[in-house]
Amino acid sequence: MLKKAFAVTLDPATSLENHTGSWRTLRPVNVFKLPPCNKQCPAGENIQQWLYYAAQGDYEQAWRILTEENPFPACMGRVCYHTCEGKCNRGLLDESVGINSVERFLGDYALEHGLAFKRPTRESGKKVLIIGAGPAGLSAAYHLRRFGHTVHVVEQGKEPGGMMRYGIPTYRLPRDILDKEIKRITDMGVTIECGRKVDDIEAEKAKGKYDAVILGLGAGISQNVDIPQGDTNHILNALKVLGEIETTGKLDSEIKVARKVAVYGGGNTAVDVARSLRRFGAEPIIVYRRNRDKMRASEEEMAAAEAEGVQVKWLSTITGASKDKLKIEKMALDENGYPQPTGEFEELPADAVVLALGQNVDQAAIQKLKELKFEKDSLIVDPVTLETSVKGIFAAGDCATRDRTVTHAIGMGKNAARAVNAYLKGTVYKKQPKHEDAKFEDMHPWYYSEAPKTVRPELEAARRTSNFDEVQHGLTEENAIFEARRCLSCGNCMECDNCYGVCPDSAIIKLGPGKGYEFNYDYCKGCGICAQECPCGHIAMVPEKI
Amino acid sequence: MLEKIKFYQTGSNTVGNRLLNPSMRTIQASVDRPNALISGHRACQGCGEALGARYAIDAAMRATGGQLMVVNATGCLEVFSTPYPESAWRLPWMHSLFGNAAAVGSGLASAAKIRAQKNGDSVVPRVIAQGGDGGTTDIGMGCLSGMFDRNDDVLYICYDNEAYMNTGVQRSSATPPSARTATTMPVGEHPGADWGKGKDVPLIAMAHGIPYVATATVADLRDLEQKVTKAMSYHGARYIQILVPCPLGWGLKSSGLTVTAARLAMETGFYPIFEAEYGKITSVRKIRAKQPVTNYLKIQKRYAHLLKKNADPNTVARLQAMCDQNIKDFGLLGDDQPELNPTAIQAYERSQAI
Repeated sequence: MLKKAFAVTLDPATSLENHTGSWRTLRPVNVFKLPPCNKQCPAGENIQQWLYYAAQGDYEQAWRILTEENPFPACMGRVCYHTCEGKCNRGLLDESVGINSVERFLGDYALEHGLAFKRPTRESGKKVLIIGAGPAGLSAAYHLRRFGHTVHVVEQGKEPGGMMRYGIPTYRLPRDILDKEIKRITDMGVTIECGRKVDDIEAEKAKGKYDAVILGLGAGISQNVDIPQGDTNHILNALKVLGEIETTGKLDSEIKVARKVAVYGGGNTAVDVARSLRRFGAEPIIVYRRNRDKMRASEEEMAAAEAEGVQVKWLSTITGASKDKLKIEKMALDENGYPQPTGEFEELPADAVVLALGQNVDQAAIQKLKELKFEKDSLIVDPVTLETSVKGIFAAGDCATRDRTVTHAIGMGKNAARAVNAYLKGTVYKKQPKHEDAKFEDMHPWYYSEAPKTVRPELEAARRTSNFDEVQHGLTEENAIFEARRCLSCGNCMECDNCYGVCPDSAIIKLGPGKGYEFNYDYCKGCGICAQECPCGHIAMVPEKI
Repeated sequence: MLEKIKFYQTGSNTVGNRLLNPSMRTIQASVDRPNALISGHRACQGCGEALGARYAIDAAMRATGGQLMVVNATGCLEVFSTPYPESAWRLPWMHSLFGNAAAVGSGLASAAKIRAQKNGDSVVPRVIAQGGDGGTTDIGMGCLSGMFDRNDDVLYICYDNEAYMNTGVQRSSATPPSARTATTMPVGEHPGADWGKGKDVPLIAMAHGIPYVATATVADLRDLEQKVTKAMSYHGARYIQILVPCPLGWGLKSSGLTVTAARLAMETGFYPIFEAEYGKITSVRKIRAKQPVTNYLKIQKRYAHLLKKNADPNTVARLQAMCDQNIKDFGLLGDDQPELNPTAIQAYERSQAI
C-alpha cells in the first residue's frame, strides 16, 4: 500500500541523469585553420598566435612565439615588405591589421627590456659551418643553435648582416638595431668570423671537422648592362653605391659631383638607391622599362620615394650615355605585358647612371666544388630540404632563390636549419602538413566591430630627404595593442565565449583563461549553433560515427 | 592600459571575450553563471526557447541574488524541462495550467510578501511567470491583463516562437502573416496565416501603463540581460517578450540557425526591439546592418511557399513594407531618440505610486 500519492511516488531527480548526447548525429569539433597572414609570411611566422599574446599585453610571450620562427623582429618590423597585411582577412572588413608595426613594437620592446634567447639545454656535439652572415646564414645559425648544434659562421664582409647592412639604407634600418639583434644570436654561443673569404668549401669543411655546411652566399654582384657611353659619364652599380654609403657614410667619389642621377631598374634596390641619393641632395630619376603596375618594388616604398621627390620615367630604356645626358628609347608593353622597343628616342639630362638591374651570385666562391649544380643565377637545391647537389651541403637565401627579400632569406635559413638537423640525426626533413586555409567566408563578420587602421606618423617629407633618420616610426604601446586587438583571429580560438554562451544545452565547458573550451558530449545534442555563431570559424560539425 | 583602449576585435558583440573588460562581459560568459536551466533537458536540437529561458532566468537570478521563484505555463518549456520526476530547473519552479501562469504568479508574489512580513524577513523573494506565445497571447491573455491591471509585482516573460510548437505547430495570435503552420497551410488564394489577424502584446502591455515592457531576442544577449536586470529593478507588473526561433516549427534550414534567424528578425526590422517605461518607449535597439526581409524568409520552410517560382511576389513586398513600417515607426535606423507616443492614463498613476 502506497504511503504517498501516486503522482509523487518517485523522488525528485535532476535532468542531468538524461544524457542527451545520444541524440547527436553531428559532432562539434575544434578545427585549427591556417590564417592567411601565417600562410603568406615567407619566414613562416605564426603571426595570429603572437598577435594573440600581444593583444593581451603579454609582450614577452608574443616575442617568444615570434622568435620561434624569426630571430630578427626589430629588423623585420622595419624592412619587411609585409605581404601578410595584403592577405589579412580584416582587409575585407575595413582595413588590414598593421602586423608589421606590432612586430616592430615587439622587437623594440625585447631590445629595450634586454630579452635574450635561451641557450640550448643540451649540446648535440655536431658542428655546422655556415658561409655568409646575411639574414639566411644568421637565421640558420640561430635555429641550429636552438637544436643544440655548434655553429660557426664565416663572413667575407667586415661586419655581419649581409644585405641588411650593405644593401638596406640606414633610414630604413638603423645599424644599432641590427647589431643588437645579431648580438643576441652570438650570445647563444654562435661564433661569427668576419673578413675572411672561404675559397675551398670542402677543404674548410674537412679542416674544421664540420658535419654539415649551409651556404648563405647571397647575391652580391650587381648585374651589368652594356650602355654605349662617352668617357665622361659615370656608370655605377647600386650595391657599390649603397655599400659605400654604409662603410664611409659618404657618397662614392665618382658620383659625388653628379646632381641629376638616373637610377636604372624597377626593383626595391632601385628605390633604395634613389631615396639614398635624394638624401645627399641629388635629383634622382628612376628609369624603368615597364610601367608602374609591373614594377617589382614595394608599392609603399615607391610612394614614399615619390613623396620625397624621386622622379620616375616609365616605359624607357637607356640606350646610350654621354657627358650630361642619356639617350632614352621609349618602350611599349605587348599583350603579354613585356616591353618592346618602339624606335622612338629622346634625351634625358643626367650626370650619372646607377644600375639597379638585379644581382648575381658570386660564383668564385663555389667554383672549386665541381659537383655543385648551378642554374641561371642560383644554386639548384632540393625544394624541401634545400640540400644542394653535394651531400651535406645546403643552401639558403638569395644564392638559392629568385625570391630575394630579407624575409624570404630568413625563412629559407630556418628551413635549411631544420633540414640540417634532420640530416645530422640521419633522417630526412619533411615539411609538416599545413592546416586548411582560414578563408573570410569561414568567418562571421557580424561579430567584428569596425575600426580604422592607425596611421603611422611619418617624418615630414622635407626632413626625410635631408638625412638618414629613420623614416617610419614604431607604434606606441597603446597603438600597438590597438592594432593587435583588431586581429580577427582567423580560424583559431580567441576566447570570445560565444560557443559557451549560445549552447541551449549548456554543453560547453569553459576551461578558463588561455585554456579554451571543451565540448561535453554527454549532453551536446549536435544542434550546431556553436559552429554557426563562432566568429572565427574554429568549430566544425562532423558526422558522428553510427 | 588594456581597459582604456577601444576594443575592435569583436567589441561587445560576442558573449564575452578574454580581451574585454570583465565588467562588459555578459552573465553567460562567466563560469559561475547560475545555469538555472541545466543540461539534460529534452528540448529539440537548437531550441531557442531553452536558450532564451536560461539567458533570462540567469540574469534574473543575478539581479535578485538567487531570491527567485518561477511559475511556468503549459507548453514546450514546461514539458521539456520537467518530465516527471526529473527537473532541469535549479530554482523553485511551479506549474499549474496553460492559461493561469500570470494569476499564479500574482498569488505567489502576494504570498511571498506576507510570509516575509510574518517571519520578519527583510528580503522578499521575487516572482517570474513565464510561458510561450500560446499561453500568453491567447489562452493566458485574461490572467495576464488582470495581473497588469492590479500591477502585481511579477515579471512576466513570454518566449515567443510564433505558434503552438508543443502540440504540433498550430497558429497562435503571435503567428506572423503568411507563415505556414499546421492550421494555416500554404493552400488557396492567400497561403499561410491570414493577414489582418493577431495582436501585438507588448503594445497591449504598454497600454496598461505598467512600469516596464520590453522586447528582446536570443541574438542580442547583452540587450536581453540588460532588460531582465532592469525589469528586476522595478516593482509592479512587468512584461518582456523574447523572440525564440523554433528550428522545427519554423523549418529552419538547420538546427544551428536559431540565433542567426533571431538576428535576421532584428536586422530586417521584422521584429522591433525596444523598451518602454510607464507606457512610453524609452529606447530602441538600432539595426546594425540592415537586410532585406527575403534573407530572413529564405532560411525558413514556413515561408518557402512565398519564394516559389509561381508565388505571388506581392506577398513578399507586403512583408518588406511591414518591416519598413516598423523601421519607421520605431526609428530602428539612425541615431534619433524615439519620439513620444500617447500613453494610458494609468501609467501616470503608477509612475506616481512607486
